[in-house]
Amino acid sequence: MADKNNLIVYCEYEDGKVADVSLELLTKGRQLADKLGIKLEAVVAGDNLKDIEKQILPYGVDTVYKFEDSRLFPYTSLPHSSILINLFKEIQPRIAFMGATSIGRDLGPRVSSALHSGLTADCTSLEIGDYTDAKTGTEYKDLLYQIRPAFGGNIVATIVNPECRPQMATVREGVMKKEAVDSNYKGEVINMEVNKYTSPEDFVVEIIDRHVEKSKVNLKGSPIVVAGGYGVGSKENFDLLYKLADTLGAEVGASRAAVDAGWADHDRQIGQTGVTVRPKLYIACGISGQIQHIAGMQESSIIISVNSDPEAPINTIADYVITGKIEDVLPKLIKYYKKNSK
Amino acid sequence: MSLNIIVLAKQVPDTRNVGKDAMKADGTINRAALPAIFNPEDLNALEQALKLKEQYPGSKVTILTMGPARAAEIVREGMFRGADGGIVLSDRAFAGSDTLATSYALSAAVRKIGDFDIIIGGRQAIDGDTAQVGPQIAEKLGIPQITYAEEIINADNGEVVVKRRIESGVETVKAKLPLVVTVNGSAAECRPRNAKALQKYKYAAVPSEVAADEAKKEFIEKRPYLSIGEWSAATVDADLAQCGLAGSPTKVKSIENVVFTAKEARRIENNDEELETLIKELIANHTIG
Repeated sequence: MADKNNLIVYCEYEDGKVADVSLELLTKGRQLADKLGIKLEAVVAGDNLKDIEKQILPYGVDTVYKFEDSRLFPYTSLPHSSILINLFKEIQPRIAFMGATSIGRDLGPRVSSALHSGLTADCTSLEIGDYTDAKTGTEYKDLLYQIRPAFGGNIVATIVNPECRPQMATVREGVMKKEAVDSNYKGEVINMEVNKYTSPEDFVVEIIDRHVEKSKVNLKGSPIVVAGGYGVGSKENFDLLYKLADTLGAEVGASRAAVDAGWADHDRQIGQTGVTVRPKLYIACGISGQIQHIAGMQESSIIISVNSDPEAPINTIADYVITGKIEDVLPKLIKYYKKNSK
Repeated sequence: MSLNIIVLAKQVPDTRNVGKDAMKADGTINRAALPAIFNPEDLNALEQALKLKEQYPGSKVTILTMGPARAAEIVREGMFRGADGGIVLSDRAFAGSDTLATSYALSAAVRKIGDFDIIIGGRQAIDGDTAQVGPQIAEKLGIPQITYAEEIINADNGEVVVKRRIESGVETVKAKLPLVVTVNGSAAECRPRNAKALQKYKYAAVPSEVAADEAKKEFIEKRPYLSIGEWSAATVDADLAQCGLAGSPTKVKSIENVVFTAKEARRIENNDEELETLIKELIANHTIG
């Protein structure tokens, strides 16, 4: 078996494709592994894995652990947890990442509980650094800084796991960038024996029906996003955002407060606990700018803030600030776009 | 078949109304300074429990919450809506718990309750958004979990059928009891308070709430249904090394109120001329159009 103390990423796989979030984590994992002088590993469990390593190795992966069994797809908690728990006991990774998806957020806690290792959900940044325990004075070198907005997005916390391994973190899709390092990267592929890592009792949860729905909202891919916050004021005003978006060929997003208010569906939420976007143009309407929202849109190329509050925190990161009411400003933007576009 | 149902609920600070004194110097939350509410998704969880109680007469719904004594408010609220009673797990030893230490304490309390068929909780709490405690409790109890549930369809013959809503669509899964189910905010909303239950349970309390009031104490002692359990670490035989800060592998290194590096924003006046100029500019540099 391969050596210990490396960085490992749990890769999600469906329909012959490794999930983007997993490839994004491999990219980040490669950077951190280089910094620490350790190897980057990947684990994938599923059915019909064929030559999946071709998708994984180019990200600079040194070892791929393949668990192939028809019972491993679709995902259920117990067998995937058992695989990670038993594999991690064996190879003792220093750091483990998984996507903050409905799979990663189901799997991660279970694995962390079994291994008594710390897990931080929905990280927006991952770095390496030192830590001194204020109470004991013990110094720790090269820990994983797990950075995330916390507490409804009012603060940013840096979390560390000084003693327990692996240091585990989940990250949402789109937060890290995806970049292969070498299409011919040479790594080892190890076909694992599923029955050695799982027990028959792990397969007690049965999926009796699975209905795959493609999301109708494509925030991530849209070059222009019109997003609304609590300051939009009402569902009627929110309709103005849809009108502006229709006019500009944009997608509509929302802050958490607007989603909580029932003005927009959950799949439109932008921010740490929603989608991360990097559009060409981001029009923030009535969004105050909590950290948890900013985390999901700060890399937009151009940001326009429309807000009746001239001191809204989001204005400090905006390129253009329009102080005014949504119901006032948006119809004018629509009118002048129609007038000036061909 | 009647069911013993445990609902995991958390009293959370209303993170939509956060002031400057919300955090303590050690990086933990100053809960005392904030309005406290019933965690929204735990209400969705309670609704699923109450629905099962109707479906399977004779079932019992017990609320389990961890927090200070005032978390009894959560248990009472649950009782007003149809739960049969509850327990507040409260001890200074639990202070500073991360998700793992929290799930350890709660799983110890579940063991103390002993007889249960299904544990239902919200997917996540709004003060941490981690969604970790449910699966971690399941692991500690050695039972399966079904997360992201939108509806518990039935629980016949020792098996539960649950509809899940996940990113890729909808899944219907079947699993044997006992197990843990965590419920999404997209599930049915919780029913409101019931006038009769409100009348009946108005004076329900944990012992420490009535400790100073002999008359109230006596009143509750005569009516056991008004007694909300108040359990300490010792009550649930918790190993203190696994509780609170000591039992938490994750440590908060630092907390920051982020100050954004200000860009030179252009102020656009809200008048026709300036807005039209802006639109023209954006069209000219191919940002739009």
